[in-house]
Amino acid sequence: MSRMPTVAALVGNPNAGKSALFNALTGARQKIANYPGVTVERKAGRLLLPTGEPVELVDLPGSYSLDAASPDEEVTRKVIMGEQEGQVRPDVIVLVLDSSNLEQHLVFAQEVIGLGRPTVVALNMVDLAERDGLVIDPAALESALGVPVIPTVAVRRRGLTELAAAIGEARDRSQEHDAVPRPHVTLPERRMLAHQMADAAIISETAKHRIHARMDKVLLHPWAGPPILFALLFVVFQAVFTWATPFADGLEAAVGVLGDLVRTYIPPSLARDLLTDGVIAGVGSVVVFLPQIVILFFFILTMEATGYMARAAFLMDRMMAGVGLSGRSFIPLLSSFACAIPGIMATRSIADPKDRLTTILIAPMMTCSARLPVYAVIIAAFIPNTKVGPGIGQQGLVLFALYVAGIVGAMVVALVLRSSVTKGAASGFIMELPKYQLPTIKDLAIGLWQRAWIFLRRAGTIIFMVTIALWLLLNFPRAEPGQDQINASVAGTLANGLSVVLEPIGFNRDMSLAIIPAMAAREVAVSSLATTYAVGASDDEDQTAVALGDQLKARWTLPMALSFLAWFVFAPQCLSTIAVARRETNGWKWPAFMLAYLFALAYLAAFATFWTATAMGLG
Amino acid sequence: MTLDQLPLGTPARIASVDWTTLVAEEAQRLRALGLDEGARVSLAYRGVFMGRDPLAVEIGRMTIALRRVHARAMTVEPILETSAA
Repeated sequence: MSRMPTVAALVGNPNAGKSALFNALTGARQKIANYPGVTVERKAGRLLLPTGEPVELVDLPGSYSLDAASPDEEVTRKVIMGEQEGQVRPDVIVLVLDSSNLEQHLVFAQEVIGLGRPTVVALNMVDLAERDGLVIDPAALESALGVPVIPTVAVRRRGLTELAAAIGEARDRSQEHDAVPRPHVTLPERRMLAHQMADAAIISETAKHRIHARMDKVLLHPWAGPPILFALLFVVFQAVFTWATPFADGLEAAVGVLGDLVRTYIPPSLARDLLTDGVIAGVGSVVVFLPQIVILFFFILTMEATGYMARAAFLMDRMMAGVGLSGRSFIPLLSSFACAIPGIMATRSIADPKDRLTTILIAPMMTCSARLPVYAVIIAAFIPNTKVGPGIGQQGLVLFALYVAGIVGAMVVALVLRSSVTKGAASGFIMELPKYQLPTIKDLAIGLWQRAWIFLRRAGTIIFMVTIALWLLLNFPRAEPGQDQINASVAGTLANGLSVVLEPIGFNRDMSLAIIPAMAAREVAVSSLATTYAVGASDDEDQTAVALGDQLKARWTLPMALSFLAWFVFAPQCLSTIAVARRETNGWKWPAFMLAYLFALAYLAAFATFWTATAMGLG
Repeated sequence: MTLDQLPLGTPARIASVDWTTLVAEEAQRLRALGLDEGARVSLAYRGVFMGRDPLAVEIGRMTIALRRVHARAMTVEPILETSAA
């Protein structure tokens, strides 16, 4: 029978090292998508058997049991059972076990093996077990479990060929005879068996000098832990601003050179203006923020890979409990600093529905990377780059304050929501704190590449199209001689209408203009301003475009700039987030609520900021 | 004595768990993590802020964070260490 390519699925407890093994087995050729109907990520890649035959490998969400307790675990169960829409039943199950946590992981392993399906066990992270003083006999485990057991160290690529070969053999065996489910074993029995199996497989166990226990002594220390966490977060935000500067400057120069080249080689025409003022100025002004986004994700991915993220959740739990949430909400919220979309998706791991809804509703207030371009351009233009202390710049400080404003706003809103619309019993917090691990360069690189690619794809599609549309709206109808092009255009007319509403918060026409297309994605505000000033400049100013920052400084006052920043702390300007919130809450009710309250907050915050700054004489 | 009252670092065995005081999903999760009657546990950390919540519990080679409400449902018996090798 000629058949579809073999499908294998990686299954295991959370923190078994599945993702590292997945990266090691498939390399960078991965496809990330969603399972239909749910927002659990489906990660698939290609693995080559020793025979050269390709196998599709699917990485399933970590589970403690087939008795699913969260939407994530439900997907794992359904895929294994062949009930998941959009996923054929895997031919081979690759069970990933953490060698240094055998007794626990063997409980779930027995449940999966009990299904009688072709299964191979990857005894992962044997090196870490050895570091902990554990020596394990794979053969003993193999005879106890009745399936092949391959010791692996994903990060050092140990055992990968053997594992691939075992997957091929398991597949071949399964074609000879059908699956035989084993007799059902209850949880207490499985636990007892797991204990016996682990005992039998562990050859020696020397006095455990566990590094992670010593690290936790400091990092989870009641008094030292929280300051360390806050110091770390502060360093992250400083780094986003300072480390990225040389790269961003380089990219900015490249964008400038590209624009000049086009102006040199293409004769003046409206089409050339579209290319320089629309495409290059618009998309270019967003692409220059790639370094900052990569740096932010570098820290988030590193915190996740090292196991520190779970400690951060532990340290934050009490504070989150104060507003009716739990430490579990901290991880989605921290992810939302990169982007609210993966953040909202990560709320799937929160079991309590009201807890989860509250987290979804406040996630857009975390300063996402799309806001970074807006903040960065305004801060760079209006806040002097002076040092206020060793390693602490005034610009970084303002950026930090904007992040804090979002966090404080989110906490206040959570508190209000939890005592009104999402009222309910206080939620709990149960979470495994994984072992500390050194992150591998490869896993980090793959993660960063995926995030950078998503950002560039947005710049290439949504931002590209919105920028062109805006350029067209700004250029038509054409102005009469002597008339201002922007005021004559469709976009200008719209913005002039909108500024009636936005004038009380200090917005001028160009700012009103910028926030319309920024509904599609926040960073478009920057490209809109760039395009607007490029279009406005083409008549009366030198063609060598003045840097956007200088344009802003010449046209905006400080209270206006601060008001614009305050607006962006809260404004729900991202269609994708609203779409994800709709999908996650199964309807328009909550996204509509989210839009309304966030716009109201944005307006109030901008209003208060503008008039306070004006009253302080900052204008 | 319940788990939340256990002094830090003292090994103990869970004697009984009053599952009725816990939300069903949370009870299921705790059981899946192995926090059940007979399990050997010790308390590793307590939070710093009011109520000294949450708690970090060591079970086997795992560390699990949970709230005091969960720990209060678990009755534990300290294990007297017979000076082992």
